[in-house]
Amino acid sequence: MSNSSTAAVLNTTDQADAASRETSAQEAPIEEALSRTYEAGFVTDIAQEYAPAGLNEDIVRFISAKKNEPEWLLEWRLKAYRHWLKLSEPTWAKVSYEPIDYQAIHYYAAPKSPENAPKSLDEVDPKLLETYEKLGIPLHERAALAGVAVDAVFDSVSVHTSFRDKLAEVGVLFCSFSEAVQEHPELVQKYLGSVVPYTDNFFATLNSAVFSDGSFVYIPPGVRCPMELSTYFRINAAKSGQFERTLVIADEGSYVSYLEGCTAPMRDENQLHAAVVELVALKDAEIKYSTVQNWYPGDEHGKGGIYNFVTKRGLCGGDRAKISWTQVETGSAVTWKYPSCVLKGDDSVGEFYSVALSNHRQQADTGTKMIHLGKRTRSTIVSKGISAGRGQQTYRGQVSIRKGAKGARNHTQCDSLLIGGECGAHTVPYVDVRNRSAKVEHEATTSRIGEDQLFYCRQRGLSEEDAVSLIVNGFAKEVLKELPMEFAVEAQKLLGVSLEGAVG
Amino acid sequence: MLKVDNLHVEVDGTPILKGISLEIQPGEVHAIMGPNGSGKSTLSYILSGRDGYTVTKGAITFLGHDLLAMAPEERASAGVFLAFQYPVEIAGISNVHFLRAALNANRTRNGHSALSAAAFMKLAREKAKLVELDPELMKRGVNVGFSGGEKKRNEIFQMAMLEPKLAILDETDSGLDIDALKVVSAGVNALRSPERSMLVITHYQRLLDHIVPDYVHVLLDGRIVRSGDASLAQRLEDEGYADLRAASSMGASQAESLRASVER
Repeated sequence: MSNSSTAAVLNTTDQADAASRETSAQEAPIEEALSRTYEAGFVTDIAQEYAPAGLNEDIVRFISAKKNEPEWLLEWRLKAYRHWLKLSEPTWAKVSYEPIDYQAIHYYAAPKSPENAPKSLDEVDPKLLETYEKLGIPLHERAALAGVAVDAVFDSVSVHTSFRDKLAEVGVLFCSFSEAVQEHPELVQKYLGSVVPYTDNFFATLNSAVFSDGSFVYIPPGVRCPMELSTYFRINAAKSGQFERTLVIADEGSYVSYLEGCTAPMRDENQLHAAVVELVALKDAEIKYSTVQNWYPGDEHGKGGIYNFVTKRGLCGGDRAKISWTQVETGSAVTWKYPSCVLKGDDSVGEFYSVALSNHRQQADTGTKMIHLGKRTRSTIVSKGISAGRGQQTYRGQVSIRKGAKGARNHTQCDSLLIGGECGAHTVPYVDVRNRSAKVEHEATTSRIGEDQLFYCRQRGLSEEDAVSLIVNGFAKEVLKELPMEFAVEAQKLLGVSLEGAVG
Repeated sequence: MLKVDNLHVEVDGTPILKGISLEIQPGEVHAIMGPNGSGKSTLSYILSGRDGYTVTKGAITFLGHDLLAMAPEERASAGVFLAFQYPVEIAGISNVHFLRAALNANRTRNGHSALSAAAFMKLAREKAKLVELDPELMKRGVNVGFSGGEKKRNEIFQMAMLEPKLAILDETDSGLDIDALKVVSAGVNALRSPERSMLVITHYQRLLDHIVPDYVHVLLDGRIVRSGDASLAQRLEDEGYADLRAASSMGASQAESLRASVER
């Protein structure tokens, strides 16, 4: 349960208005057709509490007060905000979009339950639970079946964290970020901004100023987390941004596998999602972080959709630490995302497995950074880009071997698959080697789904769409197999659904 | 079962098939023989519905349906199966997964329930024995890293699994050594039944020693220039296509009368 918000309601917008606008939009035939494609595109009609649109120091203070935060955190936010004012939006990515009006965004939106925050699942607004049902994540059943502990972030606040007691037995802390601020301030203060400082980049700095909630994980020394930890993010409120902050700390010799899933309703306007994820793996610790991202991609003409501008970075702080990123990116209108590893400990390992799909007018500029500082550090990058429709796909990756990284190794493999004649695939690798003993390899291929493959599948009875889905899943298999089993199945389905209408 | 009536087909404006007529009854095995470039593969592709082939004249009916109006997957579900001359590789998708998806797509289209994983695997193991397919190959990517012989065996294995009404075997003997040829032929023969028809397309007679057809048709320059029983294949092997080529160059109408005389 998130912290009880005691601050007065600053502003409650007219939800009925927002809801009716959605309904009329969904009645249009084109939207109807799309709702088949984007199955998570529903809107939950529950009372929402908004901060007024726009950004200034008062809003930052409002968010902080709403969460009853300690003074140091407010100061940190304000420093970030003041720094943000000096920054300008990055333009180097191969994406184009209408300028974002940062003063038109609501920086805080939360479901308004009758009495403060729910104390147990029974007290959660039934409509909210319905939302999760529709997403296919009934919290209790699914969590129990899959042995997954779920922390669901709905717009800006964390709604429910399951299995917390069971985790507490082994000393694992898994809670919403705002709760962690209240209950484990020493850990938050120690690690917040230690991997992604508030000065890092335009979007991360904005997040540092206005982040509303997210998840917090701490695995004590020597503990192997007994279950997959999972967070589902969903943007529901109109005209709101989502700025969640996730912090995962794996203490010495511990292990954790963490998965996040993301969806958003279909809306005509673009919505901003600027999250920050920080991972810290200490000596001999391992973090496996998987993402299945299915934010609303906009319609086939490029109207609406999420701007997904996310900073994710992990620090292998101790010797033999390991961080592995796996991402399946099928959603969002524009994606700007480079989950990275700083390999500081000797013999530490960084991995990045990615499947990104751009259909219709989607644009994705995604990849990774592997920064080798320690001796004999190793990194592996496997990137699979799929472009269809008029989708544009860029792999942008940096492999940096610093002076002290004696005997460092990297292997990069970038494969692109093209479907149709109007899409694009681009590969932009940056390789910077400052130590002569390093070994860096880069392999890249580009292929097209062959007419002969399609015909072979269809001759056996598969429809053209099923055939494409099958071939694409085969192409992405190397990455999908890195996902926890039940999510791999979900990701496979998602790839198929996202490609509907890509051929023929 | 299948009726091809005066079929004319073009590829990029070039006439390839120039008036083919052919009728296959249930249970019959017909062989189409002919040299390279005679239009054998075009015939197999037009029957299975590949893009890029334009019918300018004629019709094909299959079990009373207008075959040319059907999508390739609809033809598959109706019971048309093509064993490819060059089976295609699909990386990352296991052979069994692929086949189960195909089998269940057909079942669904035909109003049957999908086969469970257990029932499917039982069936697959049974049918794999028919062509002595190494069970290991079932788990590998579709045709990925298969030898030429393994690919052809895999085609017949798929045929056994999908149980078509009309099986078209396009140069199934190409690239096979004699032992593999025997295994594949034995598999095909085991699948012969009074309800299943086959169209065996080949360049060489040797396949027909193992899969003995009921009828043999000689395809030359887009026309069937001679039809007969299995002995025609042997005669062709001895005499070659040269005489027939000469006959064919007399023109379509004369070839027609020649064929008529042969059939008489």
